[in-house]
Amino acid sequence: MQYTILCYHDEKVVCAWSKAEDDAVMARLHQVHEKLAANGKLGPVVRLLPTTTATTLRKDREPPLVIDGPFAETKEQLLGFYVVNCETLEEATDIARELGRANPGGCYEIRPIALFMDAGAAK
Amino acid sequence: MTDTRWIGNVLMAARPQAMAALLRHFRDLETAEEAFQEASLRALRAWPKNGPPRDAAAWLIMVGRNAAIDAIRRQSRTTPLPPEDLISDTGDAESEQAERYDASHYRDDILRLLFVCCHPELPATQQIALALRIVSGLSVAQIARAFLVSEAAMEQRITRAKRRIAAASVPFETPGAVERSERLAAVAGVIYLLFNEGYTSSVAEDRAPAALCEEAIRLARLVLGLFPAEPEIMGLAALMMLQHARAPARFDAEGRVVLLEAQDRARWSKPLIAEGLALVEKAMRHRRPGAYQVQAAIAAEHARAADAAATDWSMIERLYGVLEHMQPSPVVTLNRAVAVSKARGAAEALDMIAPLAKSLDGYFYFHGARGAFLMELGRADDARHAFDRAIALANTPAEAAYIRERLDAISQPAGRRV
Repeated sequence: MQYTILCYHDEKVVCAWSKAEDDAVMARLHQVHEKLAANGKLGPVVRLLPTTTATTLRKDREPPLVIDGPFAETKEQLLGFYVVNCETLEEATDIARELGRANPGGCYEIRPIALFMDAGAAK
Repeated sequence: MTDTRWIGNVLMAARPQAMAALLRHFRDLETAEEAFQEASLRALRAWPKNGPPRDAAAWLIMVGRNAAIDAIRRQSRTTPLPPEDLISDTGDAESEQAERYDASHYRDDILRLLFVCCHPELPATQQIALALRIVSGLSVAQIARAFLVSEAAMEQRITRAKRRIAAASVPFETPGAVERSERLAAVAGVIYLLFNEGYTSSVAEDRAPAALCEEAIRLARLVLGLFPAEPEIMGLAALMMLQHARAPARFDAEGRVVLLEAQDRARWSKPLIAEGLALVEKAMRHRRPGAYQVQAAIAAEHARAADAAATDWSMIERLYGVLEHMQPSPVVTLNRAVAVSKARGAAEALDMIAPLAKSLDGYFYFHGARGAFLMELGRADDARHAFDRAIALANTPAEAAYIRERLDAISQPAGRRV
């Protein structure tokens, strides 16, 4: 079973990190990533640029409306996500816990994947 | 991460919004600042025990407001009302909540707070210092270090700025569309000023001025978050990100300036470049060009070039031409001339800058660029003269050292060029 771990955090707080703090978090996360990869648990890992770089296409009208920024104004923003291969939700939650110890603050949303196509499969 | 460091980040992130709301409430910078200070102290006591509140800014606004009202009552020696009146006044709390969700209200609050710091009656150095103190919450010591002045001098600068603000009128009504865009332009100007202060005075061995660049970028992201569809704010943010991305490569191990063309591009910050390029692209979609966007587009050309030789100088020349049209200035012409020299040779560039000699006579870069053009044309004596002038006008020891190196290169056997 594949799960995504969606990473939500207050972007303002993350942007307030100094480079040293950011590097430290990334270094701690890297250790967890390596362990997960070694166990064959780790799929793609994505860190997103800030929401200010986002563009939204509202496709509920014709022609669709292109607007700046994320659609919803929320306190915490989607800043990245993981894809992990796990047998059970419990295992995915444990991975999220471990990631959370390396990167405290905000929350992880664990969601099972319904369909996963990688670039190879799309050909 | 220790508890206080974590709280420090949350306080820093919530500060602009909380300070902005407190300023609207008290209409006085000093009171707002004290209120925020008090709320922060209480946060340091309460949050480690209770965990962070769901909305840190709202918590700080509420606690800060109550604390300041209390303090004012105590000072005026009137009988304080029972505290229940402050806390259980649900009508007030509800309106507070309603206000909180009124995005445009909170937008204008923060814009006002920034705008107060950009008050036209303040000289530029005071504007930047005040913005750093009030909006960013840097300590006087930190600001002094970044400006390379003593703490006492900085304290005085900030005190003076606050006194002027208190005496000047600050507009508290909700701004109209025209006024809002004027404020936005003034705020953008001060953010860029702040960035340049850090960019020009940063030297290899001292990280403090570079912190000004980072703070400027943070403020630009904040403003962009409030006004996500303003292409000029995208341009400003992108411009600063793309320039600051080069910071790790701007000095060599000995602290000497490394020119753009000689920089190790592998050391440029990739995330900052990615973010900057994304914003340039987004801004272009609006088809409302402006000076920041054009400058960002120029920086983007450099960021996209895999190495110096791959730089599209004729594109950069064209962009400077557009900028010259929007914001005619001898400095922009000088920059266009540099692009021309790369695209079509130094002779044409030298002719271009000849009429600037008078207006830019006191400008380091003018004589540096002129010296470089002359050297390229093999006019060593004239080049030496220009470089001597440049050294006399250098803003930092690193700049002077760079020119001195070029002077040394002239004295070397003919045919060798740096």
